[in-house]
Amino acid sequence: MEMFEIVKKRPITEEVFMMELFAPHIAKKRKAGQFIIIRVDEVGERIPLTIADADPEAGTIRIYFQVVGTTTYKLSRLEVGQRLADVVGPLGRPTHIENFGRVVCVGGGVGVAPLYPITKAMKEAGNHTIGIIGARTKALLILEDEMRAICDELLISTDDGSYGHKGFVTDLLRQVLERPEKVNQVVAIGPPIMMKFVCKLTKEFNVPTIVSLNPIMVDGTGMCGACRVEVGGETKFCCVDGPEFDGHAVNWELFMQRLTAYREQEQLSYKLIREKTGGK
Amino acid sequence: MAKVEPRVPMREQPPKERIKNFNEVPFGYSVEEAQREAARCLQCKNPKCVEGCPVEVNIPAFIKLIREGDFRGAIRKIKETNLLPAICGRVCPQETQCEAHCVLGKKHEPVAIGRLERFVADWEREHGVEMPQCAPPTGKKIAVVGSGPAGLTVASDMAKLGYEVTVFEALHAPGGVLIYGIPEFRLPKAIVRAEVEGLQKMGVKFVYDYPIGRVETIDDLLTRFDAVFIGVGAGAPMFMNIPGENLMGIYSANEYLTRSNLMRAYDFPETDTPIVRGKKVAVIGGGNVAMDSARTALRLGAESVTVVYRRTRKEMPARAEEVHHAEEEGVQFSFLTNPVAYHGDEKGWVREMECIKMRLGEPDASGRPRPIPIEGSNFRIPVDLVIVAIGTRANPVIQQTTPGLEVNRRGYIKVLSEETMATTKRGVFAGGDIVTGAATVISAMGAGRRAARAMHAWLCGELKIW
Repeated sequence: MEMFEIVKKRPITEEVFMMELFAPHIAKKRKAGQFIIIRVDEVGERIPLTIADADPEAGTIRIYFQVVGTTTYKLSRLEVGQRLADVVGPLGRPTHIENFGRVVCVGGGVGVAPLYPITKAMKEAGNHTIGIIGARTKALLILEDEMRAICDELLISTDDGSYGHKGFVTDLLRQVLERPEKVNQVVAIGPPIMMKFVCKLTKEFNVPTIVSLNPIMVDGTGMCGACRVEVGGETKFCCVDGPEFDGHAVNWELFMQRLTAYREQEQLSYKLIREKTGGK
Repeated sequence: MAKVEPRVPMREQPPKERIKNFNEVPFGYSVEEAQREAARCLQCKNPKCVEGCPVEVNIPAFIKLIREGDFRGAIRKIKETNLLPAICGRVCPQETQCEAHCVLGKKHEPVAIGRLERFVADWEREHGVEMPQCAPPTGKKIAVVGSGPAGLTVASDMAKLGYEVTVFEALHAPGGVLIYGIPEFRLPKAIVRAEVEGLQKMGVKFVYDYPIGRVETIDDLLTRFDAVFIGVGAGAPMFMNIPGENLMGIYSANEYLTRSNLMRAYDFPETDTPIVRGKKVAVIGGGNVAMDSARTALRLGAESVTVVYRRTRKEMPARAEEVHHAEEEGVQFSFLTNPVAYHGDEKGWVREMECIKMRLGEPDASGRPRPIPIEGSNFRIPVDLVIVAIGTRANPVIQQTTPGLEVNRRGYIKVLSEETMATTKRGVFAGGDIVTGAATVISAMGAGRRAARAMHAWLCGELKIW
């Protein structure tokens, strides 16, 4: 098998895909919370993706991604047997896992993918683990069965009410936080706006909250500073100091602004590649 | 004393033309020009120029061979001690090294040693590169971490001595700063690629996308290799930590240059990596990296580019040639000026840079006059792109994951002696910017050479280190 070959590919929806890549050195070393940088082809951009799972024996790592621009579009068009130009990892610090007591793991959209290995590790560390996962609509919900298998309790929401609670994951999180059993730790991974509101809520209840940030990156090894984020008033490089931070200390406004830096170019590039390949 | 001919100038792209492309600026000498320049060398019996060369190239000897038209002989002579002449001929600060010691330079212009070195290296690339003789295999294995100038030198020297060498690189291409940092117009990437291909022909293996410290530790490598060389550079960019520095449109020079050089953002949307194309650009800092950033910004369509430096022209660490090229191309300089804050718009983009005027005070630890802010002299200038080129520091990932590897206060790896470049950890050597802090390509190569020599002696049991 060739390095960085696609071993498995499964569409979850039209926009969301699961892939398993052959990268035995990463599969062997990676820990929950770490990510990879990929480059699809020789003219490709470097983008970070969190590792959702790994099979050290088969030498594969699993990723989930949503098609949002050129790189993820190109990736979605590759098939089993084809290979990526580059896969670098495992990068970033692993999640700090310990027996906190009662842990709530909150995931939104494809954020459930990186949340899964963390939830699993929290459970294995002896925590009472509650999962809350959500998506825009039922078809976009991923890893429900996997999460159910490792959580003591799993709650689900969809924005449109097509499955589970109609509304947001924060509605469900509030219910859990209002229960008499004290929650010791929250982990939240998903769209920035979701993480921001989760943190606002857990701040009210004074529950420590870890978030995993996914800013724009180039090298992913601490060399460029593209991924700088402000945490507790200090500048951090997400790739080497993160990707996980104390959500209550993150400057969310800055984080969300910096994600828009290349919006125009991204749209242009995405339009051109779709025209060139006859895609939608 | 006979009449001294003037130094032969090197033809180059006119400034107005070259700011529209990324092609190399100087064209290099023709055969006739090279021989004419070589004829200026006095062939000193006790050559001072060699003392100025960190790798002690036998300069008068190779120049004599050029004069005689034996270019093959000249390149062989250089390669006895310098592995990467095409690169050194272009990016070495000759004016403070070999050429600074040239006897001719006392009254006239020194011999253009760098240009002659470049000439023979380019001649060799056109006429076929000779493979060096490798010693019979020793059966021992060497890991080199990082494929910049220090790592490439160790790889070459050890391969020649019969070792099986594997180079581990975190990025997707080899060369380190030669590929991500130095722009095409100063060092064409084809030259770096040719050097790496030469090493591959000698049997050196390159493994890309392999960040040591993450995917494997130095201790992991020591289970598979007989010795390890760490040449990872000082790759972490510094910022000034002033208000507004995280606004969009503010880059570290590393990010800006990596986007342009390594990711070829100048070809966007043909390539996928975008870059901010500023109209009013400020570059903070006074070194070669600042010049590279400023000149890249011009080529990416800037209307005005200003280098902002807190001392004066005299204290600028950049090479005179780079400053000269930048000025010719229209880069402006604002000396005795330092940014104190950036101001943005409601969307988070940088719009203004607030600066303060400086004056020079007493010399500081570096021996240069200390810049002192002049209270109340703040002023603002409009900017839409800022590139912070104030230096780099050690990336802590390897040190954090390698017990027994001692570092100094600033995070650079300690070596037991400059002669061996051996670290405090058995079997591990280090060299280049990760030991000294940001320095030059040639000094990194010099360190690599010394490390390789000591590594070989240690592996043969001729030298006791630990």
